[in-house]
Amino acid sequence: MAAEDVLTRVKKIVVDRLGVDEADVKTEASFKEDLDADSLDIVELVMELEDEFNLEISDEDAEKIQTVGDVVSYIENHKS
Amino acid sequence: MALEGKVALVTGASRGIGRAIALKLAQLGASVVVNYSGSKTRAEDAAAEIRNTGCEALVWQCDISDEQAVQKMIKAAIEHFGKIDILVNNAGITRDGLLMRMKEEDWDAVLNTNLKGVFLTTKAAIRPMMRQKQGRIINIASVVGILGNAGQANYVAAKAGVIGLTKSTAREVASRGITVNAVAPGFIVTDMTDQLPEEVKDKMKQEIPLGKLGTPEDVANVVAFLASEDSKYMTGQTLSIDGGMSMQ
Repeated sequence: MAAEDVLTRVKKIVVDRLGVDEADVKTEASFKEDLDADSLDIVELVMELEDEFNLEISDEDAEKIQTVGDVVSYIENHKS
Repeated sequence: MALEGKVALVTGASRGIGRAIALKLAQLGASVVVNYSGSKTRAEDAAAEIRNTGCEALVWQCDISDEQAVQKMIKAAIEHFGKIDILVNNAGITRDGLLMRMKEEDWDAVLNTNLKGVFLTTKAAIRPMMRQKQGRIINIASVVGILGNAGQANYVAAKAGVIGLTKSTAREVASRGITVNAVAPGFIVTDMTDQLPEEVKDKMKQEIPLGKLGTPEDVANVVAFLASEDSKYMTGQTLSIDGGMSMQ
Protein backbone atom coordinates (compact mmCIF):
# COMPACT_ATOMS: atom_id res chain seq x y z
CA MET A 1 0.00 0.00 0.00
CA ALA A 2 1.63 3.21 -1.15
CA ALA A 3 1.47 6.38 0.93
CA GLU A 4 -0.59 7.99 -1.78
CA ASP A 5 -3.31 5.36 -1.51
CA VAL A 6 -3.47 5.80 2.23
CA LEU A 7 -3.82 9.56 1.81
CA THR A 8 -6.58 9.14 -0.76
CA ARG A 9 -8.53 6.77 1.47
CA VAL A 10 -8.06 8.94 4.55
CA LYS A 11 -9.19 12.00 2.58
CA LYS A 12 -12.34 10.25 1.45
CA ILE A 13 -13.27 9.29 5.03
CA VAL A 14 -12.53 12.78 6.33
CA VAL A 15 -14.64 14.37 3.58
CA ASP A 16 -17.54 11.98 4.25
CA ARG A 17 -17.36 12.23 8.00
CA LEU A 18 -16.76 15.95 8.46
CA GLY A 19 -18.57 17.21 5.40
CA VAL A 20 -15.63 19.36 4.29
CA ASP A 21 -14.25 20.16 0.81
CA GLU A 22 -11.63 17.75 -0.42
CA ALA A 23 -9.42 20.72 -1.29
CA ASP A 24 -9.27 21.65 2.42
CA VAL A 25 -8.11 18.20 3.51
CA LYS A 26 -4.40 18.90 3.18
CA THR A 27 -1.67 16.94 4.93
CA GLU A 28 -0.97 19.78 7.32
CA ALA A 29 -4.67 20.51 8.04
CA SER A 30 -5.57 20.30 11.73
CA PHE A 31 -8.82 18.45 12.43
CA LYS A 32 -9.88 20.79 15.21
CA GLU A 33 -8.66 24.09 13.82
CA ASP A 34 -8.90 23.83 10.06
CA LEU A 35 -11.58 21.19 9.61
CA ASP A 36 -13.87 22.24 12.46
CA ALA A 37 -14.07 18.79 14.05
CA ASP A 38 -15.15 18.47 17.68
CA SER A 39 -13.83 15.76 20.00
CA LEU A 40 -16.75 13.43 19.23
CA ASP A 41 -16.11 13.84 15.48
CA ILE A 42 -12.54 12.73 16.08
CA VAL A 43 -13.63 9.65 18.07
CA GLU A 44 -15.92 8.69 15.19
CA LEU A 45 -13.23 9.36 12.63
CA VAL A 46 -10.83 7.11 14.52
CA MET A 47 -13.46 4.32 14.62
CA GLU A 48 -13.96 4.59 10.88
CA LEU A 49 -10.23 4.57 10.21
CA GLU A 50 -9.95 1.43 12.36
CA ASP A 51 -12.57 -0.25 10.17
CA GLU A 52 -11.12 0.99 6.88
CA PHE A 53 -7.53 -0.01 7.63
CA ASN A 54 -8.29 -2.96 9.88
CA LEU A 55 -6.23 -1.79 12.83
CA GLU A 56 -6.78 -0.71 16.40
CA ILE A 57 -5.83 2.80 17.47
CA SER A 58 -5.42 3.08 21.24
CA ASP A 59 -6.98 6.02 23.08
CA GLU A 60 -3.51 7.32 23.93
CA ASP A 61 -2.45 7.31 20.28
CA ALA A 62 -5.78 8.76 19.15
CA GLU A 63 -5.25 11.73 21.46
CA LYS A 64 -1.98 12.54 19.71
CA ILE A 65 -3.58 12.74 16.29
CA GLN A 66 -3.99 16.36 15.28
CA THR A 67 -3.54 16.64 11.54
CA VAL A 68 -4.43 14.67 8.43
CA GLY A 69 -0.70 13.96 8.06
CA ASP A 70 -0.59 12.48 11.58
CA VAL A 71 -3.27 9.98 10.55
CA VAL A 72 -1.48 9.00 7.35
CA SER A 73 1.85 8.43 9.07
CA TYR A 74 0.19 6.51 11.92
CA ILE A 75 -1.44 4.17 9.43
CA GLU A 76 1.79 3.86 7.44
CA ASN A 77 3.58 2.78 10.62
CA HIS A 78 0.92 0.45 11.99
CA LYS A 79 -0.79 -1.19 9.04
CA SER A 80 -0.95 -4.95 9.16
CA MET B 1 -43.96 -5.47 17.58
CA ALA B 2 -42.30 -2.33 18.91
CA LEU B 3 -38.84 -3.83 19.36
CA GLU B 4 -38.79 -6.39 16.55
CA GLY B 5 -35.23 -7.07 15.41
CA LYS B 6 -33.67 -5.05 18.24
CA VAL B 7 -30.95 -6.33 20.54
CA ALA B 8 -31.01 -5.42 24.23
CA LEU B 9 -28.49 -5.97 26.99
CA VAL B 10 -29.86 -5.91 30.54
CA THR B 11 -27.45 -6.01 33.46
CA GLY B 12 -28.59 -7.81 36.60
CA ALA B 13 -31.30 -9.57 34.63
CA SER B 14 -31.53 -12.79 36.61
CA ARG B 15 -34.13 -11.51 39.05
CA GLY B 16 -36.32 -8.68 40.30
CA ILE B 17 -36.70 -5.56 38.19
CA GLY B 18 -33.96 -6.56 35.73
CA ARG B 19 -35.64 -9.85 34.97
CA ALA B 20 -39.02 -8.17 34.41
CA ILE B 21 -37.36 -5.68 32.04
CA ALA B 22 -35.56 -8.41 30.08
CA LEU B 23 -38.79 -10.34 29.69
CA LYS B 24 -40.82 -7.29 28.68
CA LEU B 25 -38.30 -6.30 26.00
CA ALA B 26 -38.42 -9.87 24.66
CA GLN B 27 -42.23 -9.81 24.63
CA LEU B 28 -41.93 -6.76 22.39
CA GLY B 29 -39.63 -8.64 20.02
CA ALA B 30 -36.08 -7.90 21.22
CA SER B 31 -33.28 -10.43 21.55
CA VAL B 32 -31.75 -10.11 25.01
CA VAL B 33 -28.35 -10.52 26.60
CA VAL B 34 -29.10 -11.63 30.16
CA ASN B 35 -26.23 -10.42 32.31
CA TYR B 36 -25.90 -11.73 35.85
CA SER B 37 -23.28 -11.75 38.54
CA GLY B 38 -24.08 -14.53 41.00
CA SER B 39 -26.97 -16.80 40.22
CA LYS B 40 -26.49 -18.86 37.07
CA THR B 41 -29.60 -20.96 37.67
CA ARG B 42 -31.86 -17.94 37.93
CA ALA B 43 -30.24 -16.33 34.89
CA GLU B 44 -30.85 -19.54 32.91
CA ASP B 45 -34.48 -19.48 34.13
CA ALA B 46 -34.87 -15.90 32.92
CA ALA B 47 -33.34 -16.89 29.56
CA ALA B 48 -35.75 -19.82 29.26
CA GLU B 49 -38.68 -17.46 29.84
CA ILE B 50 -37.33 -15.14 27.15
CA ARG B 51 -36.95 -18.01 24.69
CA ASN B 52 -40.58 -18.95 25.37
CA THR B 53 -41.56 -15.64 23.79
CA GLY B 54 -39.78 -16.75 20.60
CA CYS B 55 -36.84 -14.36 21.10
CA GLU B 56 -33.19 -15.22 21.48
CA ALA B 57 -31.37 -14.96 24.80
CA LEU B 58 -27.66 -15.00 25.56
CA VAL B 59 -26.70 -15.57 29.20
CA TRP B 60 -23.49 -13.81 30.25
CA GLN B 61 -21.85 -13.76 33.68
CA CYS B 62 -19.84 -10.65 34.41
CA ASP B 63 -19.03 -8.33 37.30
CA ILE B 64 -19.86 -4.93 35.84
CA SER B 65 -17.32 -3.15 38.03
CA ASP B 66 -14.53 -4.96 36.13
CA GLU B 67 -13.70 -3.02 32.96
CA GLN B 68 -12.10 -5.91 31.09
CA ALA B 69 -14.95 -8.26 31.90
CA VAL B 70 -17.45 -5.66 30.69
CA GLN B 71 -15.58 -5.16 27.42
CA LYS B 72 -15.55 -8.91 26.90
CA MET B 73 -19.30 -9.07 27.45
CA ILE B 74 -20.00 -6.31 24.92
CA LYS B 75 -17.70 -8.00 22.42
CA ALA B 76 -19.48 -11.31 22.92
CA ALA B 77 -22.87 -9.64 22.49
CA ILE B 78 -21.75 -8.01 19.23
CA GLU B 79 -20.26 -11.28 17.98
CA HIS B 80 -23.45 -13.14 18.78
CA PHE B 81 -26.12 -10.64 17.70
CA GLY B 82 -24.16 -8.25 15.45
CA LYS B 83 -25.21 -5.12 17.36
CA ILE B 84 -26.58 -3.60 20.56
CA ASP B 85 -29.58 -1.28 20.23
CA ILE B 86 -30.68 -1.04 23.85
CA LEU B 87 -28.61 -1.01 27.02
CA VAL B 88 -30.39 -1.24 30.36
CA ASN B 89 -28.08 -0.54 33.30
CA ASN B 90 -30.01 -2.24 36.06
CA ALA B 91 -27.53 -4.24 38.16
CA GLY B 92 -27.18 -2.96 41.67
CA ILE B 93 -26.40 -4.00 45.22
CA THR B 94 -27.10 -2.64 48.71
CA ARG B 95 -24.92 -2.50 51.81
CA ASP B 96 -27.13 -0.46 54.11
CA GLY B 97 -26.07 1.11 57.38
CA LEU B 98 -25.85 4.44 59.12
CA LEU B 99 -23.19 6.67 57.62
CA MET B 100 -21.42 6.98 60.97
CA ARG B 101 -20.97 3.23 61.05
CA MET B 102 -20.56 2.57 57.34
CA LYS B 103 -17.37 0.74 56.48
CA GLU B 104 -15.26 2.09 53.66
CA GLU B 105 -15.53 -1.27 51.91
CA ASP B 106 -19.35 -1.04 51.97
CA TRP B 107 -19.17 2.42 50.42
CA ASP B 108 -16.73 1.23 47.75
CA ALA B 109 -18.63 -1.94 46.90
CA VAL B 110 -21.90 -0.08 46.30
CA LEU B 111 -20.29 2.78 44.36
CA ASN B 112 -18.27 0.34 42.26
CA THR B 113 -21.24 -1.71 41.14
CA ASN B 114 -24.04 0.87 41.12
CA LEU B 115 -22.20 3.85 39.64
CA LYS B 116 -18.86 2.80 38.15
CA GLY B 117 -20.56 -0.25 36.66
CA VAL B 118 -22.97 2.00 34.77
CA PHE B 119 -20.04 4.10 33.50
CA LEU B 120 -18.06 1.05 32.34
CA THR B 121 -20.98 -0.66 30.62
CA THR B 122 -22.07 2.57 28.92
CA LYS B 123 -18.51 3.30 27.79
CA ALA B 124 -18.17 -0.12 26.21
CA ALA B 125 -21.61 -0.18 24.55
CA ILE B 126 -21.59 3.37 23.22
CA ARG B 127 -18.97 2.66 20.56
CA PRO B 128 -21.07 0.14 18.65
CA MET B 129 -24.08 2.44 19.12
CA MET B 130 -22.14 5.32 17.56
CA ARG B 131 -21.27 3.14 14.61
CA GLN B 132 -24.96 2.33 14.19
CA LYS B 133 -25.82 6.02 14.70
CA GLN B 134 -28.62 5.00 17.01
CA GLY B 135 -29.08 3.59 20.46
CA ARG B 136 -31.10 3.68 23.63
CA ILE B 137 -29.50 3.70 27.06
CA ILE B 138 -31.76 3.37 30.08
CA ASN B 139 -30.33 3.63 33.58
CA ILE B 140 -32.14 2.38 36.63
CA ALA B 141 -31.81 5.01 39.34
CA SER B 142 -34.04 5.13 42.42
CA VAL B 143 -36.47 7.37 44.22
CA VAL B 144 -33.95 7.57 47.05
CA GLY B 145 -31.47 9.13 44.61
CA ILE B 146 -33.92 12.03 44.43
CA LEU B 147 -35.21 12.16 48.03
CA GLY B 148 -32.31 10.75 50.04
CA ASN B 149 -32.74 7.95 52.57
CA ALA B 150 -31.37 7.44 56.06
CA GLY B 151 -29.20 4.32 56.25
CA GLN B 152 -28.37 4.28 52.54
CA ALA B 153 -25.72 6.98 52.07
CA ASN B 154 -23.72 4.80 49.68
CA TYR B 155 -26.72 3.61 47.65
CA VAL B 156 -28.24 7.10 47.47
CA ALA B 157 -24.94 8.69 46.43
CA ALA B 158 -24.58 6.10 43.67
CA LYS B 159 -28.16 6.51 42.44
CA ALA B 160 -27.97 10.32 42.48
CA GLY B 161 -24.70 9.87 40.59
CA VAL B 162 -26.48 7.75 38.00
CA ILE B 163 -28.97 10.59 37.40
CA GLY B 164 -26.08 13.02 36.77
CA LEU B 165 -24.24 10.50 34.61
CA THR B 166 -27.42 10.05 32.58
CA LYS B 167 -27.59 13.78 31.84
CA SER B 168 -23.91 14.13 30.91
CA THR B 169 -23.93 11.07 28.67
CA ALA B 170 -27.16 12.28 27.05
CA ARG B 171 -25.52 15.60 26.17
CA GLU B 172 -22.39 13.95 24.79
CA VAL B 173 -24.12 11.61 22.37
CA ALA B 174 -27.36 13.41 21.54
CA SER B 175 -26.04 14.49 18.14
CA ARG B 176 -25.40 10.84 17.26
CA GLY B 177 -28.96 9.57 17.55
CA ILE B 178 -28.40 7.96 20.95
CA THR B 179 -30.77 8.80 23.78
CA VAL B 180 -29.93 8.30 27.45
CA ASN B 181 -32.65 8.34 30.08
CA ALA B 182 -33.17 7.03 33.59
CA VAL B 183 -36.06 5.71 35.60
CA ALA B 184 -36.35 6.12 39.36
CA PRO B 185 -38.41 3.30 40.86
CA GLY B 186 -39.92 3.74 44.30
CA PHE B 187 -40.84 0.84 46.57
CA ILE B 188 -41.19 -2.16 44.29
CA VAL B 189 -42.21 -5.70 45.30
CA THR B 190 -39.01 -7.76 44.97
CA ASP B 191 -37.13 -10.33 47.05
CA MET B 192 -35.65 -7.43 48.98
CA THR B 193 -38.96 -5.83 50.01
CA ASP B 194 -40.65 -9.23 50.55
CA GLN B 195 -38.45 -9.81 53.55
CA LEU B 196 -39.50 -6.63 55.32
CA PRO B 197 -41.89 -6.94 58.29
CA GLU B 198 -45.55 -6.02 57.66
CA GLU B 199 -45.34 -2.93 59.88
CA VAL B 200 -42.46 -1.55 57.83
CA LYS B 201 -44.41 -2.20 54.65
CA ASP B 202 -47.45 -0.43 56.09
CA LYS B 203 -45.32 2.56 56.93
CA MET B 204 -43.90 2.57 53.40
CA LYS B 205 -47.40 2.53 51.95
CA GLN B 206 -48.32 5.62 53.96
CA GLU B 207 -45.65 7.56 52.09
CA ILE B 208 -47.00 6.50 48.70
CA PRO B 209 -49.85 8.62 47.29
CA LEU B 210 -51.09 5.67 45.21
CA GLY B 211 -51.22 3.63 48.43
CA LYS B 212 -49.41 0.46 47.38
CA LEU B 213 -46.05 -0.92 46.39
CA GLY B 214 -45.19 -1.10 42.69
CA THR B 215 -44.41 -4.26 40.72
CA PRO B 216 -41.32 -4.99 38.62
CA GLU B 217 -43.67 -4.93 35.61
CA ASP B 218 -44.63 -1.32 36.42
CA VAL B 219 -40.96 -0.42 35.98
CA ALA B 220 -40.48 -2.67 32.94
CA ASN B 221 -43.37 -0.97 31.10
CA VAL B 222 -41.76 2.45 31.39
CA VAL B 223 -38.34 1.08 30.41
CA ALA B 224 -39.96 -0.50 27.34
CA PHE B 225 -41.34 2.91 26.39
CA LEU B 226 -37.90 4.49 26.76
CA ALA B 227 -36.42 1.69 24.63
CA SER B 228 -38.93 2.23 21.85
CA GLU B 229 -39.26 4.73 19.00
CA ASP B 230 -42.10 6.41 20.87
CA SER B 231 -39.62 8.11 23.20
CA LYS B 232 -37.30 9.37 20.43
CA TYR B 233 -37.62 13.06 21.40
CA MET B 234 -36.66 12.46 25.05
CA THR B 235 -33.15 12.41 26.42
CA GLY B 236 -31.41 13.10 29.72
CA GLN B 237 -34.62 12.60 31.67
CA THR B 238 -35.35 10.70 34.86
CA LEU B 239 -38.87 9.28 35.06
CA SER B 240 -40.15 8.44 38.52
CA ILE B 241 -42.15 5.23 38.91
CA ASP B 242 -42.95 5.54 42.56
CA GLY B 243 -46.69 5.85 43.06
CA GLY B 244 -46.23 9.60 43.40
CA MET B 245 -43.70 9.57 46.25
CA SER B 246 -41.35 12.12 44.72
CA MET B 247 -43.82 14.37 42.95
CA GLN B 248 -42.87 18.02 43.07
